[in-house]
Amino acid sequence: MIVRLEPRGEPPVWLSPLLTVIALIVALAIGAVVLGFVGGDPVRAYLHILDAAFGDIGVLSDTLVKATPLILTGLACALAFRMRLWNIGAEGQFLLGAWGASAVVLFPLVPDGAPAIVVIPAMMVGGALAGALWGVIPGVLRARLGVNEIITTLMLNYVALAWIQFWVFGPWSEGGFQQTATFPKEAWLPRLTDFGKQVPAFGGLTTHLGLVFALIAAAVLAVVVSRTRWGYEMRLIGDNARAARYAGVDIAKYVIVVFAISGALAGLAGMSEVSGVVHRLQDRISPGYGFTAIIIAYLARFGPWRVVFASVLFGALILAGREIQPSGVPAMIQGVILFCLIAAEALVRYRIVIGRRAATSVPT
Amino acid sequence: MTETASVALTASVSPLAIEAVGVVKTFPGVLANDHVDFDVRPGEIHALLGENGAGKSTLMNVLAGLYRPDEGGVRVGGEDVAFRSPRDAIAAGIGMVHQHFALVPSQTVTENVLLGLDRPRFRLDLRRSEAEVGRLARDVGLRVDPRARIWQLSVGEQQRVEIIKLLFHGARVLILDEPTAVLAPQETAELFATLRSMVGAGRSVVFISHKLGEVLAIADRITVMRAGRVTAAGIDPKTVTRADLARLMVGRSVLERLKRTAVEPGRVVLSVDDVTADNDRGLPALHGASLQVHAGEIVGVAAVAGNGQSELAQVITGMRTCAGRVTIDGRDVAARPARESIEAGVGHVPEDRAGVGSAPNLSLVDNLIMRAFRHPPLARGPLLDDGAARHKATELQRAFAIAAPTIDAPVRILSGGNLQRLILAREIDSAPKLLVAVQPTRGLDIGAIEGVHQLLLDLRARGTAILLISEELDELLALADRILVMYEGRVSASFDTPTGADIATIGLHMTGGEA
Repeated sequence: MIVRLEPRGEPPVWLSPLLTVIALIVALAIGAVVLGFVGGDPVRAYLHILDAAFGDIGVLSDTLVKATPLILTGLACALAFRMRLWNIGAEGQFLLGAWGASAVVLFPLVPDGAPAIVVIPAMMVGGALAGALWGVIPGVLRARLGVNEIITTLMLNYVALAWIQFWVFGPWSEGGFQQTATFPKEAWLPRLTDFGKQVPAFGGLTTHLGLVFALIAAAVLAVVVSRTRWGYEMRLIGDNARAARYAGVDIAKYVIVVFAISGALAGLAGMSEVSGVVHRLQDRISPGYGFTAIIIAYLARFGPWRVVFASVLFGALILAGREIQPSGVPAMIQGVILFCLIAAEALVRYRIVIGRRAATSVPT
Repeated sequence: MTETASVALTASVSPLAIEAVGVVKTFPGVLANDHVDFDVRPGEIHALLGENGAGKSTLMNVLAGLYRPDEGGVRVGGEDVAFRSPRDAIAAGIGMVHQHFALVPSQTVTENVLLGLDRPRFRLDLRRSEAEVGRLARDVGLRVDPRARIWQLSVGEQQRVEIIKLLFHGARVLILDEPTAVLAPQETAELFATLRSMVGAGRSVVFISHKLGEVLAIADRITVMRAGRVTAAGIDPKTVTRADLARLMVGRSVLERLKRTAVEPGRVVLSVDDVTADNDRGLPALHGASLQVHAGEIVGVAAVAGNGQSELAQVITGMRTCAGRVTIDGRDVAARPARESIEAGVGHVPEDRAGVGSAPNLSLVDNLIMRAFRHPPLARGPLLDDGAARHKATELQRAFAIAAPTIDAPVRILSGGNLQRLILAREIDSAPKLLVAVQPTRGLDIGAIEGVHQLLLDLRARGTAILLISEELDELLALADRILVMYEGRVSASFDTPTGADIATIGLHMTGGEA
């Protein structure tokens, strides 16, 4: 008895989404087994996650806060992945974006006491530019010299972290702590709770304007990838780069531009995080959003709107998972989800055949 | 022929070399082999003839252990066998040379031959193995240097390495899948001599082809397949004509009837002047190639694979950088990106349909608009008009009879002929001033070839200049107004058709005989 993979013919359109859902369920089941094994009650744990993430308007708001940087970095990854550019450097681009936005406030690049209407757009530009720069470096190396972008983007993550640490331990350190001083109020993205006086229901809700940026970015990307000539050319490059070249597409230009946009999106996530949540720069600004984004992009199969949904799911997992255990269980479940998704990918193309078909005896 | 007679005699006493009995093999949606019987006697060349998609390769893959049949079985020397892998098959003495060779380019001939063998057990004495390989090659009359690296060899030489590999692994039955597709006429003759000497030594050869002339020239027996079934089993080539075989193959009588109108060649559209370019390996492929193509003229390029004809097409279409001048209607496109050639009005039917000419996982729509998407009505500013794109795709699908379930289906499910029609539809629809067509009918069946030929002639009648690069001399003779021979990166000879050209002279030039 053996197990074999046989190529499928044309997989039906519903197969891929169905397998994604099945992969999620299998991953949660595996997580449940592990939880049970270590003496936890998986059902209660999952119900608790559900309740702690979506149970009331307050926690839902917290989930959305967690989802915001995930949406932006997830979009960054999904865009690059569509063209088979394996940008796994969203983490570093996120950090540089956070740094760029902070630089606007701390150098300062805008006059002291400038109103929010000036400071916030300047921070957005600063964050996006810094992130874009961090994306363009591997983009140019890949486009002009053929350097593998997986290596460069991965390595640049560590450079970015060291860069941030230099600034928060050194020039921008607040009294020797590894963080900067709190930004002035003009550098804070508006939150729902800021309107608590006008709308009492918003009181205490920390969801901030970054979520709107994220949704706008998703909407714009959705239009670009499906309705424009750029989206079409990216589709060509992603499916067959040689055919794209044959069709007259300037692939090098696309590689650089897509890396720049991808970096800018991740950078904007960094800006949104310092300006909307932390209100200062610190070295542990990201719990790995840029890496979780890779899983999200895959789970969403690179679709912008699906990235939004996947990000909310992961936002919930990160937020509520902490209530069970600070890091182990949520990280484990994330990992298992990625494995199941990758396994499911194979099943779109292949079917499993169990048991050897007996060699048919020759009719006599 | 006494040899055939003796074969028939021994066949009655000794068991069959290999036999397929009632083989059924289905792929999703396709019945590739429908109760197929096929047998090969020791010491014979058995030709398997059929169009693309007739099920020849599937049947051979069953014999060679690559596929397991859904029903039916295989016997070797009268014994039932159940191959679980090509390794089992080669152990039983059955080996196959596929159309796409499985050689490691950076390794030597000897290293490739040893690949997959259990011996030598541990220590690799390359010297000794080289001597063994060299001896075997000489014995069967295959000229090849055992120390040469694969990438240095021509396609014909690589094929010889594949054959030597099988013999070295002990193959008694050699299955050759379309072996002559990549060979020049003289190389084909050499291969045939080798095959004769191998069967003389008691081995058997299964020769897969869709070329009627070759099959009649080399085979001791012929089996014809059509649509997954055997339509004629083991017939004697002396008892049939080309017309008979063609009818058995396609199920109707086929004689190409092309409508060819007289066209007075017009202005010079393509001018290639002293062009030099390297191939993918960085070695010089074109040395000072020059040629011109006029409006309303088909210029054929005949060359053995690897003499610069592929690079010539790539230089003209902007897919390869070069030195020298390449002008389209006076506009210099040499060493410029493909976009420049496209804007200058060059259509391109590339050699590699699936790898270059199409995006396999994208839909018919996406593949049909690869030329038109930059301009209205498809482009509206930065937006792409989806409705207009679908309209164009629907129109082209109908006009060029591209068989596909819907225009949203990915093009990887199209057959070779339909994919080629899709590419031609797209390129012809772009109303090119110059069409560069490389091997436009390779791998297509007879019906599809006729369609492609007529499309090219119609385009010529509309005043398009056509550069046709083909390994099929018959095709060039039927279509081209002039035939240029390329040898070692240069245009070495020119022939006017139909009067000033014959296959023998062209073939001689192709191999450098009169260069």
